Amino acid sequence: MLWFVAKRCILMVAMLLGLLVITFSISHIAPGDPAALAAGPDASKEMIELIRKEYGLDKSLPEQFYIYLKALLSGNWGKSIHTTHEVWDDLVEYFPATVELVIFSIFITVIFGVPLGVLSAVKQNTRLDHAIRTITVAGVAMPMFWLGLMGQLFFALKLGWFPLGGRINMMTDPPNAVTHFILIDSLIAGEFGTFFEAMHHIILPAFALSFPALASIIRVNRAEMLETLKQDYIVNARAQGLSTYRIVVHYALKNAMLPTMAMIGLRFGWMLGGTVLVETVFDWPGIGLYAVGAAIDSDFEPIMGATIVLGFFFMLANLIIDLTYAGLDPRVREQI
Amino acid sequence: MSTEVAYLTWRQRHHSTIRAVRLYARTFARNSSAMFGLFLVMLIVITAIIAPWIVPYPEDAIGAVHLDLKLMPPSWDHWFGTDEVGNDVFTRVIMGTRITLQIACTVTGIAILIGVPLGMIAGYTGGYTQEVIMRITDIFLGVPGLILAIAIVGALGPGIINAMLALSLVWWPGYVRLVQAKTLSIKNDIYVQAAQSMGAKRLRIVFVHILPNCSSPIIVKASMDMGMSILGAASLGFLGLGAQPPEPEWGSMISIARNYLPDWWWYSFFPGLAIFLTVMGFNLLGDGLRDILDPQHRE
Repeated sequence: MLWFVAKRCILMVAMLLGLLVITFSISHIAPGDPAALAAGPDASKEMIELIRKEYGLDKSLPEQFYIYLKALLSGNWGKSIHTTHEVWDDLVEYFPATVELVIFSIFITVIFGVPLGVLSAVKQNTRLDHAIRTITVAGVAMPMFWLGLMGQLFFALKLGWFPLGGRINMMTDPPNAVTHFILIDSLIAGEFGTFFEAMHHIILPAFALSFPALASIIRVNRAEMLETLKQDYIVNARAQGLSTYRIVVHYALKNAMLPTMAMIGLRFGWMLGGTVLVETVFDWPGIGLYAVGAAIDSDFEPIMGATIVLGFFFMLANLIIDLTYAGLDPRVREQI
Repeated sequence: MSTEVAYLTWRQRHHSTIRAVRLYARTFARNSSAMFGLFLVMLIVITAIIAPWIVPYPEDAIGAVHLDLKLMPPSWDHWFGTDEVGNDVFTRVIMGTRITLQIACTVTGIAILIGVPLGMIAGYTGGYTQEVIMRITDIFLGVPGLILAIAIVGALGPGIINAMLALSLVWWPGYVRLVQAKTLSIKNDIYVQAAQSMGAKRLRIVFVHILPNCSSPIIVKASMDMGMSILGAASLGFLGLGAQPPEPEWGSMISIARNYLPDWWWYSFFPGLAIFLTVMGFNLLGDGLRDILDPQHRE
């Protein structure tokens, strides 16, 4: 097992390096001379040359990559052209909002997805099953941003049940930042009003973000449950007169959870990508909104920074699934 | 032997193929959700082909301005209402099928053209080549696709061509993985070995013997990916990074339309519905194809 963990971790570092090669290459395929861009429109030829030297742009590509790597490791992630803020500081500021949204969405997905999957399997081919399966078909095809907009239209604007966007009201002071998650910070500070306000704000975006994930969790869980419910030990348990609840929850669900867990982890990673859309719809001040704003302005360093951070956490999520899976299922360990 | 064959009709010679196709067709036709998917896809393809002749206001798709008609609710004249410059939303949604299918075909096509050969090479040659190809694939699969696409568009500049390019660049790794695994599993099959022993060249083995046997999962994945790439392109359009107005692309229409919520809801409602139905059509079709072509890989 230890060897497996070590191997996966080494692989993760290699993949991270690969990701940096990609972001580095993307910055090099960008049209335009970065030195000229940095020097400004009125710069003389000598000025541009000087800047080229200063940034190391006259060196060979591998050397440039080495410089790039060193800068990243020392926390120098570049600056935004538009705001002149340090990218690293921006990322530190925006990332917690994204993580809060994604984690909350995963909770929603699991709380609704697993029971619905079980129900769908236990009541196979009934009307309930068909209804649940319709949700799964719709969920995969639903454009998340459109679902968010329609949610806003109906629940926020027509019914007025939820606020339109943002993490808390504009006028509310955010709680003292400890974890940078408003939901947790407000509880620590004992500001329950702020807590409920933040809860109120997160529900709509989280539902929009969880809907596609919900579909795949239900699908996997249903399929696994159906498979498990056919096994001999379930038949045996039934023959021994155990209650249906006990059979389903204690025997079948336990065994169906492993693939479901893997799907949950996978979906966590996908949500890190999808959050870009939901954050744009709901003005959620996270890393996705930040990246999109930068991409529209062709503001380079912030996009690359956001890509690296999201890519890193995506890989981390995959690593954790693999390790959990291997920890729970010895057959997986032997495969690699 | 050869004289006997000459007396067989075409139908007799292809007896087994015909039977297989019939069986496929019957299985598929019995699957109501797959048939619904096929219906949606056919509807969209036909719409895209005849779009310029059936839309009520063809000039509205290329940026005409009728300010006196702006933001009118759905009516008999304008089934889906009108937008902020008085263009008929129905016309623009219908014309949008063309751009959408173009994007989907391009992205999926490029992804297949890059991914399938790489996957076959990796699976067939093995060793060092395989390591290199698969590790690069892993890296691409290790980043959320949409984020990478945004980064690429951010570097190249927003626009529909760049969006298609970006999506294609993040889409191919899935095919490499699929085809590599499939190639690995069939490269030691007897018919491949027979071809090798008869001195067939590597290229011939890969393209004539291995590729046809990988085609089922590729077709299934391609159908799914048509839907998913439409979703991806619409997402980029919505973020303002894909097609630019006045191009009637659904995602970019919604990106403008969201400023007109809630009073002018039809403007964002109908393009979104079009995306939803199109993607669902391709997904259901893909599911149905998987059931007949690749039954052991069902979820």
